[in-house]
Amino acid sequence: MPNGTTITDAGAELLPARPGEERGTLTGWVQDLVYTVDHKKLGMLYIGTGLFFFVVAGIMALLIRAQLAFPNGRVLTPQEFNGFITVHGTVMIFWVAMPLVFGMINYLVPLMIGARDMAFPRLNAFSFWLTFFSGFLLLFSFVGGPGLYGAGSAPDAGWFAIAPLTSPAFSKGPSIDYWSLSVLVSGIGSITGGVNIMVTIICYRTKGMTLHRMPLFVWLALVTMFLVVVFLPPLSAAQIMLTLERYLGAKFFEAQAGGSAILWQHFFWIFGHPEVYILVLPAFATISEVVPVFSRKPIFGYPMMVAASILIGFISAGVWAHHMFTVGMNSFGVTFFAMATLAISVPTGIKIFNWLATMYGGKIRLELPMIFAIAFLFQFLIAGLTGIMLGVAPFDWQLNDSYFVIAHFHYVIVGGILYGVFAFFYYWYPKAFGRMLDKKLGLWHFWLFTIGFHLTFDPQHFAGILGMPRRIYTYQPGRGWELWNLISTIGAFVQAAGVVCFTVNLLWSAWKGKIAGDDPWDAWTLEWTTTSPPPEYNFEKLPEVRSRRPLWDLKHPEDPDWKFE
Amino acid sequence: MKSLEHLACQDKDVTEGACGVLRLVHRSGFVIPPVGSALRDRAEKLFWRVFLLLTAALPGTINAQTADQVRSVQNIFEPVGAPAEMLHRTSILVLLICLGIFVIVGGLLLYAVVRYRRRTTDDDETEPPQVYGSTAIELAWTVPPILIVVVLALATARTVGEINNTKFIGDPLQIRIVGHRFWWELHYPKYNITTANEIHVPVSYLSTPRPIELTLASADVVHGFWVPELSGKEWLVPDRENKWWIQPSILGIYLGNCTVLCGLQHANMLIRVIVESPEDFDRWVTRQQRPPTLDPNVEEGRRAFTANSCGSCHRIEGTTSNGIFGPDLTHFMSRQTLGAGVAPNDDKNLRSWLRDPQVLKPGCLMPEMKLDTQQVEQIVAYLKTLN
Repeated sequence: MPNGTTITDAGAELLPARPGEERGTLTGWVQDLVYTVDHKKLGMLYIGTGLFFFVVAGIMALLIRAQLAFPNGRVLTPQEFNGFITVHGTVMIFWVAMPLVFGMINYLVPLMIGARDMAFPRLNAFSFWLTFFSGFLLLFSFVGGPGLYGAGSAPDAGWFAIAPLTSPAFSKGPSIDYWSLSVLVSGIGSITGGVNIMVTIICYRTKGMTLHRMPLFVWLALVTMFLVVVFLPPLSAAQIMLTLERYLGAKFFEAQAGGSAILWQHFFWIFGHPEVYILVLPAFATISEVVPVFSRKPIFGYPMMVAASILIGFISAGVWAHHMFTVGMNSFGVTFFAMATLAISVPTGIKIFNWLATMYGGKIRLELPMIFAIAFLFQFLIAGLTGIMLGVAPFDWQLNDSYFVIAHFHYVIVGGILYGVFAFFYYWYPKAFGRMLDKKLGLWHFWLFTIGFHLTFDPQHFAGILGMPRRIYTYQPGRGWELWNLISTIGAFVQAAGVVCFTVNLLWSAWKGKIAGDDPWDAWTLEWTTTSPPPEYNFEKLPEVRSRRPLWDLKHPEDPDWKFE
Repeated sequence: MKSLEHLACQDKDVTEGACGVLRLVHRSGFVIPPVGSALRDRAEKLFWRVFLLLTAALPGTINAQTADQVRSVQNIFEPVGAPAEMLHRTSILVLLICLGIFVIVGGLLLYAVVRYRRRTTDDDETEPPQVYGSTAIELAWTVPPILIVVVLALATARTVGEINNTKFIGDPLQIRIVGHRFWWELHYPKYNITTANEIHVPVSYLSTPRPIELTLASADVVHGFWVPELSGKEWLVPDRENKWWIQPSILGIYLGNCTVLCGLQHANMLIRVIVESPEDFDRWVTRQQRPPTLDPNVEEGRRAFTANSCGSCHRIEGTTSNGIFGPDLTHFMSRQTLGAGVAPNDDKNLRSWLRDPQVLKPGCLMPEMKLDTQQVEQIVAYLKTLN
């Protein structure tokens, strides 16, 4: 059938519309999103998915905080509370942080390395849709009926679901299955996405972009995806084992039947700890781009930054049992994992020093991305220090399982990673939409969110020091926790106000923001050479690079980087 | 006031003990700053006093210093007894180091932002000098973090060893604790006592230390045992028996929680450690060892108890009730609270509990037994004779 003309002529009305034919209409728009294999659209879909789930899990967090605002709270029942903390944690990690990470990397990496798309565009779409639908599978547990034995159906065993609480004897009904299967499916999506991005970075760099000329963002993306590919499979394996245990009577984790309750924790944390680095390295990546551009200096000690990232990746493989200092490990085990945990602070410290050295002697432009980056540095410093406290096993014996831990990892994930993500938004939004995010709203967002963040999480350190354990749905008055919890709850709502400003800004600026132009920040990496937003093919002519900062070379022909590298 | 005397001497002993161990640490050759000075002690005390004032400014906090004082506000920085003090010393070292790092790095960050921010007077055309890095400087600032890590690792190794391999002075009192959803089963093998939720232990004086060794096990899922002022936490894992120890040196009632999510009533799986004088402890032991008196006036209650199958889960010595799924009720009235600490053990709460335990502790494993008012009254009367 040459050219398909016969069919068109014979009965066009019988055929479904083909992609592109309904461009401009709502159907066309939806079709475009569903059919797309473009890395930029998929990146934005990932990020959109992350933001949607961020709002969902954020509302759960507000309900949790409302329940804990006063002793003997009556906002939630114990069943609802346990469901909300579990789903809040799981969603925030697997359907907020992970899609944001994948979205950031998906959008930027091909642009930064001068490629037209990912290595496997269809696989890219496949990864995204798995992530997307698995998230809804988990949320469906809230409405998916009361469960087999009349048990509530939202998973309620905590986000790391310590066995044997997840065994059929203690978790009746399908609640844990929703959790297990949705995490399994999203894990498959992440692993395929990880392979895709690694291949893209290794094989699809433009002419002249050797490994040591890759932007740090790309280097960190490579290390991140390496961690994804190596450390998500243990989690998937554990989920399969759990499903076998729940449906086919396998007894991996059931102590009474000869299994091991500790085994699950090993499987979970050998994924769980590198996961922290999977999430934080892309934030490091963003900071490593934002700090140089807004200090007007190249990154200080590029080779050391790369080496430190790789070292973090490797050491992160050997620290998982610091989540298990209290299971009754012997002294040798405790000491080994404490030392490994402390060792990881060395490369992290090097990174912080290098960012500071980049700022030194610069001309720091306090634009919104840089403001978030500075807050990131400050908060991540504190998060790292409380991490050292938790890494020292004797201190951890006191602090583990307490609100101090809650405060610590929210400092890492909100104060660190999320601030990196915000910096990402303010820095690259103009590239994606061709318009700047509004500065006034952005400052409102920054101050509300930062004040709210500190009000929420600083007091939780003190509640933990005073013995408040995590995951309690209520507490009696007189334990000294009232004040800290009340402040914390107020802070949570202030943060929510900040998020509202952010959301309004994202929507409003997309059609009313100041026109950005190709290179609004006077930056140096390849994505700023193309138009904003970039065309589907990214670059009219694939660029050729001679240094780490190709745009610097263009703008300063008298003093190009390649002379010094 | 005997207890107050002990208290005063204990406080001094504690400080001296801490200094002694620090001297030991110093002599052992590790590079550890002497953080045990009197000034530091005083500064720390002041800090926590202000901190606790903030915390305790709300009603419900009791601050008396007697044997039946409920130390409901627990603070890991006010350790009572040997293991908690060991943890505390390491914690202070780590805190000071972290504080130092925070001040230095935070200061550098602040300085960089203030000093090198672009000013309105700056011209936008010129760029600052482009510095790409310096291997010498980078190597130089890698050294201090490594040194700090080494110091912390050594301190960790020593404290872990000290606590895990303690040579007890004297024979430790053995207590076996079995975690259940959502209560604690307690055994004192030496005295052949079985009880629940409220752990009675004798106080330790410096002259007569009475270390208490805990064997932690679980009947169902993972639980966590934590009384912050007495020691760190240790988990109760179904297929293990973990050892842990405490050596409380001040009289009082110490509150703690289960720390690992174990189900709906994880929040109300509370621990009470009652630290008594040796004489009081002995009296308690004698009372627990005595079989309960059979009071003929409450015969109806006893029958109602049996007729409603209460004995399938609860044990009462000397009767046909010998269940093992719920707390042992042989000396029920010697306990201060109901439902693992969810409410004080008084008539009103007991009635409410018997009518429907799910009111006070929604999600606990004891079902509503559908007792009528008369049966509730009879069983309350019976339980109240279980001294």
